[in-house]
Amino acid sequence: MAKSKKDSVDRRGFLKGAAVGATALAVNPEAAQAQKSDVRRAAAPPPSAKETAAETNPPVKVEVLTTDRPGSDFMLDVLKSLDFEYVCSNPGSSFRALHESTINHGGNRSPEFITCCHEESATAMAHGYAKIEGKPLLVFAHGTVGLQHACMAIYNAYCDRVPVYVVLGNIMDATRRRSFVDWAHSVQDAAAMVREYIKWDDAPLSLPHFAESAVRAYKIAMTPPCMPVVIVADADTQESPIPDGTDLRIPKLTLTAPPQGDSGAVAEGARFLVAAENPVILAGRAARTPAGLKLLVELAETLQTAVIDQRQRMNFPSRHPLNQTLRGGAAIANADVILGLEVEDFYGAVHSIGQQIEYSTRTITKPGAKLISITAGDLFLRSNYQDFQRFQEVDLAIAADAEATLPALIEAVKRQLTDDRKRVLQDRGAKLAASHQEAHAKARADAAYAWDASPISTARLCAELWAQIKNEDWSFVSTSAFVSGWPDRLWDFNKHYHHIGGQGGYGIGYGAPAAVGAALANRKHGRLTVNIQCDGDMMYAPGILWTAAHHRIPLLNIMHNNRGYHQEVMQVQIMANQHNRGVDRAQIGTTIDDPPVDYAKLAQSMGMYGEGPISDPKDLAAALHRGIEVVKRGEPAMIDVVTQPR
Amino acid sequence: MRKLILLLAAGLLHAQDAANGKKLFSSVGCYECHGRVGQGGSAGPRLAPRPVPLPALIAYVRHPSGAMPPYTAKLVTDAQLADIHAYLASIPPAAKDIPLLNQQ
Repeated sequence: MAKSKKDSVDRRGFLKGAAVGATALAVNPEAAQAQKSDVRRAAAPPPSAKETAAETNPPVKVEVLTTDRPGSDFMLDVLKSLDFEYVCSNPGSSFRALHESTINHGGNRSPEFITCCHEESATAMAHGYAKIEGKPLLVFAHGTVGLQHACMAIYNAYCDRVPVYVVLGNIMDATRRRSFVDWAHSVQDAAAMVREYIKWDDAPLSLPHFAESAVRAYKIAMTPPCMPVVIVADADTQESPIPDGTDLRIPKLTLTAPPQGDSGAVAEGARFLVAAENPVILAGRAARTPAGLKLLVELAETLQTAVIDQRQRMNFPSRHPLNQTLRGGAAIANADVILGLEVEDFYGAVHSIGQQIEYSTRTITKPGAKLISITAGDLFLRSNYQDFQRFQEVDLAIAADAEATLPALIEAVKRQLTDDRKRVLQDRGAKLAASHQEAHAKARADAAYAWDASPISTARLCAELWAQIKNEDWSFVSTSAFVSGWPDRLWDFNKHYHHIGGQGGYGIGYGAPAAVGAALANRKHGRLTVNIQCDGDMMYAPGILWTAAHHRIPLLNIMHNNRGYHQEVMQVQIMANQHNRGVDRAQIGTTIDDPPVDYAKLAQSMGMYGEGPISDPKDLAAALHRGIEVVKRGEPAMIDVVTQPR
Repeated sequence: MRKLILLLAAGLLHAQDAANGKKLFSSVGCYECHGRVGQGGSAGPRLAPRPVPLPALIAYVRHPSGAMPPYTAKLVTDAQLADIHAYLASIPPAAKDIPLLNQQ
């Protein structure tokens, strides 16, 4: 080690000397003249032996061509201190030193390099991973062309309040850019492109600065409302030897305790809830962690209150008797107090908004119904992007993390409950349980319609799938919105990893990579990860299938292949109707059926097990079984099912 | 009035063409929200089997509420709606006692 240090390149010093020499050339008239003569060299006499030797001999400081102490090693040490399991990345020259340090200095462990075919895929993988594991993944990308690819996925994570940790390569010093590509890949302010939809960013100028900012970024990303952060890693700082005498201390990470609600406001909210005849808990992104799920059950059971799970997280067991999600509209209409926990669109939850040409909206709550909101969203708002939704008047607004506030709210409710009141609440709970049973019986009856249809009904698809996974330790990592909510209606969701919500910003292209990221998180837990994959989403960046196959990430992909961007089929249909023309042309520009995509072959081409297309519902069970067997062996699989539109 | 009754009768006679109704159900976009056999889903309610009476169906598609887009007579005639209604009426009832749906 000591020898290496002695022999190592002082590259900065060497180049500094070269730069000084260049400056001297520029200010010395004779030297300037010599540079001018270069342009006439073609017509000049052949060089002398001395001149030839000067041109062709190795540089004087040939012994300083390597280093074993690049700055990127220390950067990686900092990142390792933050306990990242993986770094998802499409390789790029502006972070080549960090890449090399990851696989060599770090031994390609914690983080392990996950090869991605698109930065949007890398970022969406991190998005899905974080919702299972409760902590961020690293993403490495170019500060320019890589981040440009990653933008939509970063926006989704921002809207979904998910921490993603992005490190961007960039060559800040213009005199250190070696080619036209370096120039094209450099930027003054790399994070500017995403600053409106991340929580924090920095571009450190030194290694100590990098260490402080990297730790600070992690704290900020993990403090509710959780969001993506960006750190720019200067390429020259990555690649140059660590300057002698640099203080390479890595700051200690202490996560910030999530903000809890004001005690007086919490007591006031408890008073509303205890006194209410028909309270409703509306859960958006309430359960950040497994603890949130348990706390919400405790609050609901203490109050014997209806719960509507908006399914942006795994908030509440689907078969709990107090779960009234399947009759959510009726529960809202009957409520006298509604407690919103991290609700993204409170206005939309308590209003009916017409879809005809004339804009119309009406409240669906009873007159005098009181609204309580607990959300960390009130603590952090940006202006430009409008994901904060329409303003909703409420009676009590608590700016705090809902999950962190639940223990205090539960205690406040318990303190205010009398024995008489508890007896009343038990009667209410019994009625809610009966309503729950009725709604779920209706769901099973509704699933029977189109049972034998081809294309296969989404109800049949979900019922067949449930029959085969219900005795496994399963994890459903896609949204059920595109299959008419059948998983929610037929399956028994009761663990935090049973469901992870959706895109956040409704940006399509999230589904396939987020599922792979979630499956990556589930792998070490031995869970059977299931993804009902929309075809339009799959077509954004299908290289993610290769990533899953290459890294042996077990994941059951079932194509919901309705052969179109079906939401847009319906949107164009609405326009054709409203414009009173061409109602038989909504498929133009919205369908993916001529030619139809063979997703089984697509998967096979990436080294993944693929089967289908399956159009006959009688063939479905056996195909699902074969796919599950592949996944149980530790590999991903793709079953292509041709389905009804929704 | 007599002329109207005759027209309605003609429409009802024409409504026997369920095969044409099936084609129309697809071509004018009904299936997009209601499913190809009218089973319904998150985007639109179930229409079959046992559809609402034809006059109610016609009245609703001409003046819908909620998310349903309007279909004027220029887009789909009453006779065509009668065909669609016949198709919906021809769809058999859902099977009962499907084992998978009785599992928990």
